[in-house]
Amino acid sequence: MKTRLLKQTVMKGLMILSAAILLIGFSSLIWTIFSHGLPYMSWEMVSSIPGGGFYIGKEGGILNAILGTVIITTVSAAIALIIGSGVVLVLNLYAKRFRRTVSTIRMVQDVLFGIPSIVYGAFAFAIMISFGLRTSMLAGIITVTLLILPIMIRAIDEVVRQIPEDLVNSVFSLGATRLETAGVLLRQALPGIVTAIMLSVARAAGDAASLLFTSGYSDNLPFSPDQPAATLPLAIFFQLSSPIAEVQGRAYAAALILTLIILIISLSAKWISSRLSKHRIR
Amino acid sequence: MRLRLLKDRTSVIVFWSFTVLSISTLIAIGVGLGIKSWPLFETQSLSDLFFSDTWRPLSGKFGFLAFIAGTLWVTAISLILAVPISVLTALYLSEFAHPWVRKVFLPIIDVLSGIPPVVYGVWGVLVLVPLVTSLSEFVGAFSFGYSVLAGGLVLSLMITPLMISIILDVLGSIPTVYREASLSLGATRWETTWQILARKARPGILAAVILSLSRAFGETIAVLMVCGNMPMLPQSVFDAGYPLPALIANNYGEMMSIPLYDSALMMAGLVLFVVIVFFNLIARVVLFRLETELQ
Repeated sequence: MKTRLLKQTVMKGLMILSAAILLIGFSSLIWTIFSHGLPYMSWEMVSSIPGGGFYIGKEGGILNAILGTVIITTVSAAIALIIGSGVVLVLNLYAKRFRRTVSTIRMVQDVLFGIPSIVYGAFAFAIMISFGLRTSMLAGIITVTLLILPIMIRAIDEVVRQIPEDLVNSVFSLGATRLETAGVLLRQALPGIVTAIMLSVARAAGDAASLLFTSGYSDNLPFSPDQPAATLPLAIFFQLSSPIAEVQGRAYAAALILTLIILIISLSAKWISSRLSKHRIR
Repeated sequence: MRLRLLKDRTSVIVFWSFTVLSISTLIAIGVGLGIKSWPLFETQSLSDLFFSDTWRPLSGKFGFLAFIAGTLWVTAISLILAVPISVLTALYLSEFAHPWVRKVFLPIIDVLSGIPPVVYGVWGVLVLVPLVTSLSEFVGAFSFGYSVLAGGLVLSLMITPLMISIILDVLGSIPTVYREASLSLGATRWETTWQILARKARPGILAAVILSLSRAFGETIAVLMVCGNMPMLPQSVFDAGYPLPALIANNYGEMMSIPLYDSALMMAGLVLFVVIVFFNLIARVVLFRLETELQ
């Protein structure tokens, strides 16, 4: 009897230990980013583009990368939202009778979700060189859209699946068409859709591997879709590999900015979706 | 009335074409990478490609062994570190922890899974690389710190949130009846957790591990920043490694200048693609079966 309880105590200790290790790793990550980034944060960093001697430590900021990230992520999230909602509606409304087809589509989406962004990048790059295209913001947007589409679909699908069948049936029984029913479904899924958007935006904003190939890098502000555009992850990546301390410091500051953007996005997603879910029918 | 029906018909066509479009990405990626890497298959035999470690692009010798070994080292280290921690933490959160502990922990896991790889990379360079250097001095080995161990450490923190959230899902879907039955027979909480719940959830835990494995396998930037990138076979955890994704990311710019180089890089992409699709399919089938079984 004693040994059984002893075993439980020991295992509980181990479990708390592993949770603690995780907590230490997490705190170390956050602490490192803040403590290294804060000293190099300045208004100049977020409000100006790289000046003449930026990469040897002279004046300038990373406004180009911040804007590039914002534009690429919002545009691709918008496209992915439109396409993704369509796919979710097919899964939950239009093709619901064909169970095998629906579960196959879900499976494929899951597999697409697992494919690393470097593979998306390499694939997009292969397509681009076949057509003789150069790196551009547009290519980056297309690649990121492909990358976040499965995330969007999975996240929205998860919520739409929970909607009671009775609701759908009663909407149909009032004589609504499938498209009109779809509108009702999507409104019910609104909190989930907000979460889906935020998840995809966070993933898109943080992705460096696929954009390395497709959107290129530029010191100018990103205003034309056929020109290369800078993004924050790549700004961090390139500046960190510099031997000059000042430039490395800017990489830390950029990492802090990116982390803050992601934190704000995910916290506001939680807040918005909890507010929106007040009006859901369960 | 007519207009409503017309709108409905159009929506069917539009939404289905979205679906077909998104699904065909999978095939397009496979076929695209396959076509691009085909020229390499024609000049070199498969065993030369995968079991030789001579990487001399200038003389047309492309042996992937060093890169495959680098990927395997990093992935293995990250799993060895992350699996026990994730499983224990997930069991703790689901079966033992006070509600307030859960309230603190779950948001942390969300935040961790949202933090971009490049930020993990910065953390790796600043914290883990020096840590690995002092560790190697401590055990009497030599290391610059940029090593497969550093890569594995970064990855283990990166994949933990994914693994924990899948395991928590699986544990949460096990009916409470099992717990009550086991406890009422006099089993301790730990015995119930380990012998009933963990056993019931074993396929799910396996699937979580496989999914995290494929995440670790394909992760690029974070690993690239800390693991040294030298095309050699790592002999110990303190040696530098050069995983496949890093190979692609580091060399895409030179693709055009050396013949067959682009094929070689696309081949690296194809290998990642095939391995990951394979693992993902297995994991998803397991999770799907488990879900239908538990309901």
